[in-house]
Amino acid sequence: MARRSTPGNIVTTTIDWAARWAQTQSMWPATFGLACCAIEMMATGTAHNDLARFGMEVFRASPRQADLMIVAGRVSQKMAPVLRQVYDQMPEPKWVISMGACASTGGMFNNYALVQGVDQVVPVDMYVPGCPPGPQSLMHGILTLQRQIMTGQKVSG
Amino acid sequence: MDEAPGRTVSADQETDTQYVEEWVSGTEVPDEMATGEGAQEMALQESGYRFREQLGAVVTDDYLYEEEVSEDERMIINMGPQHPSTHGVLRLQLELEGEMIKRCKPVIGYLHTGMEKTAETLTFMQGPTNVTRMDYLAPLHNELAFSLATEKLLGVEVPPRAAAIRVLMTELNRISSHLVALATNGMDIGAISMMMYGFRERELILAFFEKTTGLRMNHNYIRPGGVAADLPPGWRQDVANILKTIPARLGQYDDLLKENPIWLSRTQGVGVITAKECRAYGITGPILRGTGVEWDLRKVFPYSGIDQYEFDVPVGAHGDVYDRYRVRVEEIIQSLRIVEQAAERMPKGDFRADDRKVTPPPRARIDESMEALIHHFKIFTEGFRPPPGEAYTAVESPRGELGCYLVSDGGGKPWRCHIRAPSFYNLQALPVMLAESMVADTIATIASLDPVMGDVDR
Amino acid sequence: MSEVTTDHAPEAEAPHPVIAPVVDRFPEARWEISDTEWLVDVDRAQLSDLAAACRDAGFEVCVDVTAVDWYRSRRPRFEVVVNLLSHQHRRRLRVTAGVPADDPTVPSLYPVYPGVNFPEREVYDLFGITFEGHPDMTRILMPDDWEGHPLRKDFSVGSVPVRFKESHKVI
Repeated sequence: MARRSTPGNIVTTTIDWAARWAQTQSMWPATFGLACCAIEMMATGTAHNDLARFGMEVFRASPRQADLMIVAGRVSQKMAPVLRQVYDQMPEPKWVISMGACASTGGMFNNYALVQGVDQVVPVDMYVPGCPPGPQSLMHGILTLQRQIMTGQKVSG
Repeated sequence: MDEAPGRTVSADQETDTQYVEEWVSGTEVPDEMATGEGAQEMALQESGYRFREQLGAVVTDDYLYEEEVSEDERMIINMGPQHPSTHGVLRLQLELEGEMIKRCKPVIGYLHTGMEKTAETLTFMQGPTNVTRMDYLAPLHNELAFSLATEKLLGVEVPPRAAAIRVLMTELNRISSHLVALATNGMDIGAISMMMYGFRERELILAFFEKTTGLRMNHNYIRPGGVAADLPPGWRQDVANILKTIPARLGQYDDLLKENPIWLSRTQGVGVITAKECRAYGITGPILRGTGVEWDLRKVFPYSGIDQYEFDVPVGAHGDVYDRYRVRVEEIIQSLRIVEQAAERMPKGDFRADDRKVTPPPRARIDESMEALIHHFKIFTEGFRPPPGEAYTAVESPRGELGCYLVSDGGGKPWRCHIRAPSFYNLQALPVMLAESMVADTIATIASLDPVMGDVDR
Repeated sequence: MSEVTTDHAPEAEAPHPVIAPVVDRFPEARWEISDTEWLVDVDRAQLSDLAAACRDAGFEVCVDVTAVDWYRSRRPRFEVVVNLLSHQHRRRLRVTAGVPADDPTVPSLYPVYPGVNFPEREVYDLFGITFEGHPDMTRILMPDDWEGHPLRKDFSVGSVPVRFKESHKVI
């Protein structure tokens, strides 16, 4: 963690690094539960899987207090403007996880009602596959996103 | 509102009417004041008494007199579609008078997925994949309703083991669904521990589902002609474990909620609906049973041989949030009874109908029989073709009557697949339940309806 | 449709006592009363009256309202399907009514069963069948500015071509 330490227990680091570290270690997700994936997102936050281990259990009801949006479920044509508005209300810096097949690509519902991929509406940083992704998959996605923020580079898998 | 007159109150006003007249004279803005922001303070009052009361000059008890409140004291607020306690993407338009809800209109469609259209492009074999994603808390019930409708069209009987597996799985699913209902209901009213408890036990059941079906949710396990796979080795141990653990944990819920004064005051007498209203609005499931009507499709129109199992239908008496909560807890206990009996008497035999036009042949047969290979290929590429006709079947899902109306034109895909979604109808109860209640009770009431928006919008 | 008279009259053996008064009142409707299912196909003008009669006969719950688009395979093109349920008699009754494509209107059942509020709006939204007398005949599932009625057979599924990476094929 420390770049160099002097005998007086002083830690020096770059502001950039410290800021990124703070951003990753206390990310607050906005509750954007839409469909089946929302239930798995809730399951990730509760007892058995306990997202609190990664400093992310504080699901915020207001987008203005959140910096991560987990789009959990299928996005309909009717919901897309709402989704964009919620995204716009979030303060910078902000990230988006597209959770599940429907949010990422429309999934098995290639039809008139669904937006075929939430990346048409908001920029997505991480795609989590699955229908629905289990809590472990979501946690893996979150941890990968944290690594991506930390390193500042695209990380896959 | 810049030109609104300053409020000068002189103490020497004798009567109310005089006072108001004096205040009005010389001001030219009353019409605009009635609509502008802050109108509630600025609007002219008919009665001077009322006006002085607003200024704090007179103190009265609100209940002492009734007065028509003018239109501009009404306020319409939107709740949702992105709101943590609307259980997904439900949007409510609430017309408020202070804290009192005068009217409520649910606005839905934010999760409309076009599944009924998609169902027309999928074969009957693929159908359960589609419908299982509707009510995602009770996926197996959706599959069961669809499969029963298809079997009714085909005239196929499933073997006893398949029926018993269906009963076992759907009743476990009912438990897991009610656990989520209790968990979210608790969380919405502030009992966060309930959220943790509910999801903890749900994991237990989901682990068994994952072992059996391969997925935690959206299983596509119950298919026309039977089920997709036999129960996995060691299932008796798992079921026994569930049967042992959950009753003990239910005691914890009771400790937490049953006599908790906060819980009681937030739920008793809140969101009341009568049996008559339930019938008029087509409301089924725990909401109907909470009003005291003993109506359960498992008893009335039994399916999958569920009439051979012993269980009771728990009912409430008052039709309020508390009774619905109790009905759900009791239903968990009854479902455990059914699961226990199903595990005990699990018949031996095949887990799908022995009709090679409908169900795929066993995997081992494909290697040795050309015919089996052809059947397998045919089923998964073309599917089967039920004779033309219509079928409506209904099962008792955790939320009420879940019906499937299938129309076949003789082709390999349904001509029309309609799901009668219980949440869709139950949501109509919301305006009835919320009329003349407080805003804070909205949360408790929605949670007690337990709507699944995937089921509502499909 | 409306000219059909005696050839579809009730079966020789008397129908179930629960439904008999309704059968007597609507002899021109096409009844199919068997042990397992009770079906009736009625002229759309009579739908509301029949529903009221059924309600008085004990069918106090309207379980479901939906529609089928037969497109070119049948005339009239649309069929409105109403599922009724009787709690006291433990019976179901399915009522159907044909609706022509050039005038897709049906009398609303809202005065009889207030629970058809949402489902009738859904049928209007997805099939474009208007229910006359419904207090709020607006779209319910699709956005308000949506054009077309998705569950009609001449409305395409609306699938978007998909191309996978490293592949030239579009599926």
